[in-house]
Amino acid sequence: MANRVVITGLGVVAPNGIGIPDFLHALQNGISGIKYVPEYEELKFNSQVAGQPEFEWEQLRNYISETSLYGLKGKGIAYGIKAALDAWMDAGNAIVSEETLWETGCVFGSSVADTDVIKTAITRVDAKESKKLGSRVVEQIMNSGITAYISGRLGLGNKIINNSAACATGTQAIFMGYEYIKYGMAKRMVVGSSEFVDRYVFGGFDSMRVLSRKFNNEPQRASRPMSISAGGFVPGSGAGAFVLEDLDYALKRGATIYAEVLGGSTNSGGQRNGGTMTAPSPAGVIRCIEDAIADAQISAADIDLVSGHLTATIADKMEIQNWTDALKLKGDGFPLVNSLKSMIGHCLSAAGSIEAVAAVLQIKHNFVHANVNLEDPNPEILELIGANNLPIIKVDREVNVVAKANFGFGDVNSCLIFSKYTN
Amino acid sequence: MDRTTILSELKKVLAPYTENKEMLDGINEDTDLIRDLKINSANLVDIIIDAESQYNIEIDFDAAEKMYNVGNCIDVISEKLNRTA
Repeated sequence: MANRVVITGLGVVAPNGIGIPDFLHALQNGISGIKYVPEYEELKFNSQVAGQPEFEWEQLRNYISETSLYGLKGKGIAYGIKAALDAWMDAGNAIVSEETLWETGCVFGSSVADTDVIKTAITRVDAKESKKLGSRVVEQIMNSGITAYISGRLGLGNKIINNSAACATGTQAIFMGYEYIKYGMAKRMVVGSSEFVDRYVFGGFDSMRVLSRKFNNEPQRASRPMSISAGGFVPGSGAGAFVLEDLDYALKRGATIYAEVLGGSTNSGGQRNGGTMTAPSPAGVIRCIEDAIADAQISAADIDLVSGHLTATIADKMEIQNWTDALKLKGDGFPLVNSLKSMIGHCLSAAGSIEAVAAVLQIKHNFVHANVNLEDPNPEILELIGANNLPIIKVDREVNVVAKANFGFGDVNSCLIFSKYTN
Repeated sequence: MDRTTILSELKKVLAPYTENKEMLDGINEDTDLIRDLKINSANLVDIIIDAESQYNIEIDFDAAEKMYNVGNCIDVISEKLNRTA
């Protein structure tokens, strides 16, 4: 007996908008959150652009206690708290519960614990001043810091899990929460992921020569998924969050339902058959998408929109090839395709959750956001799915079913199928 | 530095660690840091670190263990201050 799982709350901290109203406005108007970062020029990075949310600590003022806010330095944790608690309130809940909520859990992902906080620890310890570190370092450099802050604030008592699967982290977190509710292990799950790309993480990618470096003077043009002039991705920071809920539980309390999670899958290509540490195996990707469609009990033709991983590297073409193989659709018969990364860059472990929030907003408000910077699509991609499926301006149309996938280092894949909720 | 001055300085040190600002305004030597001011016990080390820098003293483990109420804190701080002076 499987339970239906619905989305009752959304929260987002994105480079092009914090909070659902601003983010929705940005999506509908193709607003870019990519900016030139002077510090990156000083650091002699090849790429000097990034997607950074307009976050200020003051925005957490009423989210966590004043004593907890004092001494909180980890931005990844901060973004996650903001997105998760916004989703919680959006679902119609008060932040503070006196009792432990045994039926509600949390899966919230991240990739790197905040290296700014780690740096402080390293500097102090190496200067033989470990005595001065204080009590707040460990909780912020442990990977599960993010889930500890969220679950502690909300009093969550079910499964509390910090997952990590590189760029597939966010979609995987949502999938895990969905499964727990589907199989009756929890009634509600707060799910999502966060990412703070600091200079050290950025430097690592810059050195791999996978970042966009030819648009430092035109930052808003720098992130160009599926474009023939795409030359690498633009790192982004932020967080996205959902409140997932057992349908009956949501109906009983009269919750507003945004959409339904129809199904999903997470797997790995095993770093075989063309899969490596950094490249996905087509077989793994195809299987992941096929499994998600089977789990959702739909057919590929039901999909209105593919929200791709599509980072703006040479892998975009291979990804579209994989989608056409998995869906067994081509040309004009293929669904519309967009990549939010054209506006916010690649938010790494937060990519899946922020893009999933965008997917649900497109279902809720019936539009397909533009692929900005796609004035020169890669001809090999056009050959596969045609130009009609790659909107460069917003398309107003009914959106019932969205397939959302992300693929990460380590050859890990996650795919989700969202749909409008209908009884 | 007399005990009243130390106490008023101590209020500033304690402020970031308690939600109970009203209680903080009215603290006296019997106020318990954990029971009355509801300070998280893990934060006592932060208070010690801040007090060390505020008064330019060093508080060792044995002294730190005594600092559970305002009176004890003032005892330790004034003793260390006198030693430095």
